[in-house]
Amino acid sequence: MTLGPLLALIVVLAVAPALPGIATRTRAFFTGRRGAPVLQLYRDLAKLGRKGVVYSRTTTPVFRAGPIVVVASVLVAGALLPLNGHGALLSFSGDLVAFTGLLGLGRFALVLAGLDTGSSFEGMGASREVTISAFAEPALFLCFTVLVLATGELSLAGMLGERLAAVWPVAAPSLALAAAALFMLALAETSRVPVDDPATHLELTMIHEVIVLDHSGPELAFILFGNAVKLALFGALVVSVLVPLGGLQPLLAVPVLVGGLVLVAIGVGIVEASMARLRMNRVPQFLVAAGALAVFGVILLLR
Amino acid sequence: MSGLHELLLLCVVLTNFWVLGTTRLSSTIRATAIQGALLAALPVTLHPGWSLHLVALAAGTFLVKAVVLPSFLFWAIREAAVRREIEPLIGFSASLALGAVAVALSFGIAQRIPLPEPGSTLLIPVALSTVMVGLLVLTTRNKALSQVVGYLVLENGIYVFGLSQAERVPFLVELGVLLDIFVGIFIMGIVVFHINRAFDSLDSTRLSELKD
Repeated sequence: MTLGPLLALIVVLAVAPALPGIATRTRAFFTGRRGAPVLQLYRDLAKLGRKGVVYSRTTTPVFRAGPIVVVASVLVAGALLPLNGHGALLSFSGDLVAFTGLLGLGRFALVLAGLDTGSSFEGMGASREVTISAFAEPALFLCFTVLVLATGELSLAGMLGERLAAVWPVAAPSLALAAAALFMLALAETSRVPVDDPATHLELTMIHEVIVLDHSGPELAFILFGNAVKLALFGALVVSVLVPLGGLQPLLAVPVLVGGLVLVAIGVGIVEASMARLRMNRVPQFLVAAGALAVFGVILLLR
Repeated sequence: MSGLHELLLLCVVLTNFWVLGTTRLSSTIRATAIQGALLAALPVTLHPGWSLHLVALAAGTFLVKAVVLPSFLFWAIREAAVRREIEPLIGFSASLALGAVAVALSFGIAQRIPLPEPGSTLLIPVALSTVMVGLLVLTTRNKALSQVVGYLVLENGIYVFGLSQAERVPFLVELGVLLDIFVGIFIMGIVVFHINRAFDSLDSTRLSELKD
């Protein structure tokens, strides 16, 4: 019974590091360049895994705990999602709060680790990261509200499972709005272009990159892997809202999910190629817009 | 056909959010042009059967709201050399949030309005929310051109409201309304042009300095 979700989770974890590669490759294609290989992140992870770790003398164990908490929280959050459409590894009523909380915990640990270095520069990045997530989290809950109202289920496995396939024809507009909002949130949560630029290394504009500056070796690999998995999880949310996986055979659902993830990554790349990064004071507006879409979805269901 | 007009109405609300959320004037004008095109498609999808009345209404709406007025507004921003709204009275995030509240309110109100056969359950709430968003843009933006866009959105809301009664409203009345808007926007454009000449800016708050 739990074998299917476990296999799906393993497949998603294995595919996850390819997604940022696909996104950057798409971005490079649309801007007329060739771009890094799609599998670059796997090589980076392998390279970082072989290296040693350097710690600053000002850091405390909080700094060392950061990357571990990041990876652990993201893995447990992944276990809550019904990745093959038929049940998740872990599921209980109200686990959508746990899912959001786990993502928040990972970010909190990362921010603490950044602050722990004592660098004012990383403190600035930390404050920005927290500002963004303060706007992203209510919007995420509004998206979940749409799903809860549409399906009447309170667990992620329930509301993304068979019930969703059943109510999809009725609630299609709301669900499409929720999926669009989730995609915007995915861009913000995984620090992609309109919110943050993963390619930038200019001091004043980095948000996510600046927090992880002091991490090295396997710990940096943990953080990179954690961020890739986060993109995969948000992508999986978008895909399973748009294509109710519960309506498919479990064996068919996983390939559909992986194909959907690739499409989401290409979508991220297209957004990155076609948009400039928003000014910092415009970022909340982007996230409020995502929230407004979700609110509209909620209203359509309450009608 | 019922799915199609609901989709169009949802897109109308999305263009409302678009108008509320962008700083660039050219982008808001593009949003109203798309909204105009959506409104032109509505009467045809809403009332099945091709009557001359509906087709003419759709064609006239498309011509005025999606082609003539937007291109005129584009001309106005080119002449006046304004690009973006700098400091509205209510910020962009706050006005987006207010827009969401307006949508919620209008869905609440619409259920309490007794109307003979509204055609679609979405029609009245979308009309009300469009009117509210238009009013919001009209009152909180400083640039005269944004206010013109707000007026246009407000009028689009009234048009959607009128669509629920399209069978009863005589054709001439509809055309008269279209002509009114056209003339209204035209005059506004000329006024905007002259404000720009006199003040070197389209900030309507400066108009309070006018003294004779």
